[in-house]
Amino acid sequence: MNFDTIIRKTEKLSEGIYLIRLHSARIASKAVPGQFVNVRCSDGLNAYLRRPISICRVDRKNNTVDIVFMNRGKGTNLLCSFAQGDTLDAMGPLGNGFTLPKEKERIAVVGGGIGVFPLLYLLEESHCACKTAFLGFRTKEAIVLQDAFHRTAQKLVIATDDGSYGTNGLITAPFMAWLEAERPDRVYSCGPAPMMKIVARACVQKGIFCEVSMEQRMGCGIGACLVCACKVQDGDDYQYAHVCKDGPVFPAERLIF
Amino acid sequence: MNLSVNFAGLKLKNPVIAASGTFGFGREFSNFFDLNRLGGISVKGLTLEPRKGNPPPRIAETPGGILNSVGLQNPGVHAFIREEIPFLRQFDLPIIVNIAGNTPEDYCAMAEILSEADIDAIELNVSCPNVKKGCLLFGSTPEGVSEITAVVRKVCKKPLIVKLTPNVTDITQTAKAAEASGADCVSLINTLLGMAIDIEKRKPILANTMGGLSGPAVKPVAVRMVYQVSKEVKIPIIGMGGISNGEDAVEFLLAGASAVMVGTAGFVNPGVWVETAEGIEAYMKKHGFGKVSELTGALQE
Ligand SMILES: Cc1cc2nc3c(=O)[nH]c(=O)nc-3n(C[C@H](O)[C@H](O)[C@H](O)COP(=O)(O)OP(=O)(O)OC[C@H]3O[C@@H](n4cnc5c(N)ncnc54)[C@H](O)[C@@H]3O)c2cc1C
Ligand SMILES: Cc1cc2nc3c(=O)[nH]c(=O)nc-3n(C[C@H](O)[C@H](O)[C@H](O)COP(=O)(O)O)c2cc1C
Ligand code: FES
Repeated sequence: MNFDTIIRKTEKLSEGIYLIRLHSARIASKAVPGQFVNVRCSDGLNAYLRRPISICRVDRKNNTVDIVFMNRGKGTNLLCSFAQGDTLDAMGPLGNGFTLPKEKERIAVVGGGIGVFPLLYLLEESHCACKTAFLGFRTKEAIVLQDAFHRTAQKLVIATDDGSYGTNGLITAPFMAWLEAERPDRVYSCGPAPMMKIVARACVQKGIFCEVSMEQRMGCGIGACLVCACKVQDGDDYQYAHVCKDGPVFPAERLIF
Repeated sequence: MNLSVNFAGLKLKNPVIAASGTFGFGREFSNFFDLNRLGGISVKGLTLEPRKGNPPPRIAETPGGILNSVGLQNPGVHAFIREEIPFLRQFDLPIIVNIAGNTPEDYCAMAEILSEADIDAIELNVSCPNVKKGCLLFGSTPEGVSEITAVVRKVCKKPLIVKLTPNVTDITQTAKAAEASGADCVSLINTLLGMAIDIEKRKPILANTMGGLSGPAVKPVAVRMVYQVSKEVKIPIIGMGGISNGEDAVEFLLAGASAVMVGTAGFVNPGVWVETAEGIEAYMKKHGFGKVSELTGALQE
C-alpha cells in the first residue's frame, strides 16, 4: 500500500511554523475543506504513529496540496527536516469536511493558532456573497498566511494574546461583538477548545448554522481503533464519536465541550 | 504456494488474522485493501450491552508502541449480529468474535447467542486492562480463567479461543487452566498494563491513567510467552504482540504459534496484514518449507 507523495516545496512561514507542498493527484482530486492527511514522520520506531495535519490549500490544476504545521514535538520536529524532492507518506484525504456555503450566503470563520489552516482552504473554496475571518494568534511573530486570508476574505480581524498586533486578547471578543450586529448564515471554527466552545455556544443560542473542527490524539486515523473519542449529544444522553471518521468537522449543536 | 492453516476447527487461507480492537468490524480497512486477503478477523471486543468506553485521551505514543484505554466501546452483541455479520459475510473470511463480560453469566449469555449466529469462533477476552470490573480480573488467575472457560464451554458450540493476559507472573499457569477447562486454542498476548506521564502538566497522558501497551515494543515479551506456553499446552496457540512484518510473524510461528494476529502496526501501515502473509511465504520458499504448520515450533534448540 503506497501513500507516497513528492514534496514540491518547503517553507518556513514563521518561527516554528512550516509549510510543505505535496504533489499528489490522489489527494488533490478528492480533498474537500476540513479534511486532513495522516503523515508518517519517520520510517522507524521514533514518532511511530502517523500525525494528522489539516489540508490548508489545494491546487487542482497542478495537483499540489499544502499542509502547514507547528513544530511542537517529536513528529512535527522530524517533519521540519523534510526537503524538496523528498517522499512523504501521507494517507488521505481523511475525515469529513465542512458544509460549503451557498452563493448568496454570508459566512464567518473563527480560528486560533494551528486551527486557522483548514479555514484558509474553506475560505478559498467558498464562493459566496461575503466572507469574514477572525483569527487569533499568540503574538505578532506567530501570524502566518495573512496575505492569503486577506485576499480571500472581505474582512479580516486579527487578535494577538499579547496585543503585539491587531486586537489585544482573545479573538472571541471581536467575534462576539461582531455577532451582536451581524447575522451570518454560517459560522465555522477551528482552534483551541475553549475558543470553539464560546463560538459554538453563541451560534447555537442564536440559531446560526455552525460547524467546528475538533482535534484528538489518533491511532489509525480511519475509524477502526476508536481512540480519538469526542463527546457528543445522543438524545438526553451522550456518546463518544470519533474525530477521524465522524469528524473532524462536527455540527456545533452535536458537541459536548 | 499454499499458506493455509487448519487448527482448532478453524480453516484459514493464511495464518495472518486481524487482532481484536485494532480493526473494528472490518469496514474501515476494507476501503484500503481486499479483506479476502486476510486469514481471518477478530472483531472489536463485544459486551452484552453497548458500552460507551472511556473518556479521551485514549492513546499515548511510547517508544516503539502505544498505550490505549479505549475501554471496550462497542455496540453490543445484538447490534453486531444484526449489522456487522452481513457485511463481513461478503468476504471469504473466518469471523472470530471477541467477547468480554463483567460476570460469568455475561460471558455465557453471549456465548449462547453467538453459538446460534453465523460466525466461526469465539475468543474469550479475559484480559482487557481497560475496564473496571470483570475481564482482566478473571484472566489474572488460573482459577478465574478456569471458571470462565468451563462455564462458557458448556454452552459454546463454536471453537473456543481463550485470550490470555501477559499481566501475570507465570502465563503457563493460565494457559494450562484454559486447556484443562475445555479451550480449543489460546491466543496471546493481550496488552501489557502501562502508564505514561506528561511531565509539564504533571498528569497521566491517558484520561484513564493506565492503559494497555502494544506495538513493536512488546514483541520480545510476547515471543517469550508464546514459547513458554507452547512447552506446556497441547492446544494450538495464536501468537501476537508487536508483529510488523513476515519475519516477526515467523518468530512467533517458530516459538510455537499456529497462526498470528496483527494489530497496532496496521495503524502505521494498513498494508501490514497482506505484507505479513507475503513475508511468511517468502521465508518458506527461501527455507524450503511446504506448509505453514511445519514452521510451528520448528525452533532449533
Ligand atoms: C484533525 C486534525 C488536524 C490537525 N491539523 C493540524 C495542522 O493543520 N497543523 C498543525 O500544526 N497541527 C495540526 N494538528 C495537530 C497535530 O496533529 C499535532 O500537533 C501533532 O500530532 C503533534 O505531534 P508531535 O509529534 O509533534 O508532538 P508529540 O507531543 O511528540 O506527539 C505525541 C503524540 O501525541 C499526539 N498529539 C500531540 N498533540 C496533539 C494534538 N494537539 N492533537 C492531536 N494529536 C496530538 C501525536 O499525534 C502523537 O501521537 C491536527 C490534529 C488533528 C487531530
Ligand atoms: C486500540 C486497541 C484496542 C484493543 N481492543 C481489544 C479488544 O477489544 N479485545 C481484545 O481482546 N484485545 C484488544 N486489543 C489488544 C490486541 O488485540 C492485541 O492483543 C495487542 O494489541 C497486541 O498486538 P499488536 O501489538 O499487534 O497490536 C486492543 C489493542 C489496541 C491497540
Ligand atoms: S484514530 Fe482510530 S478511530 Fe480515530
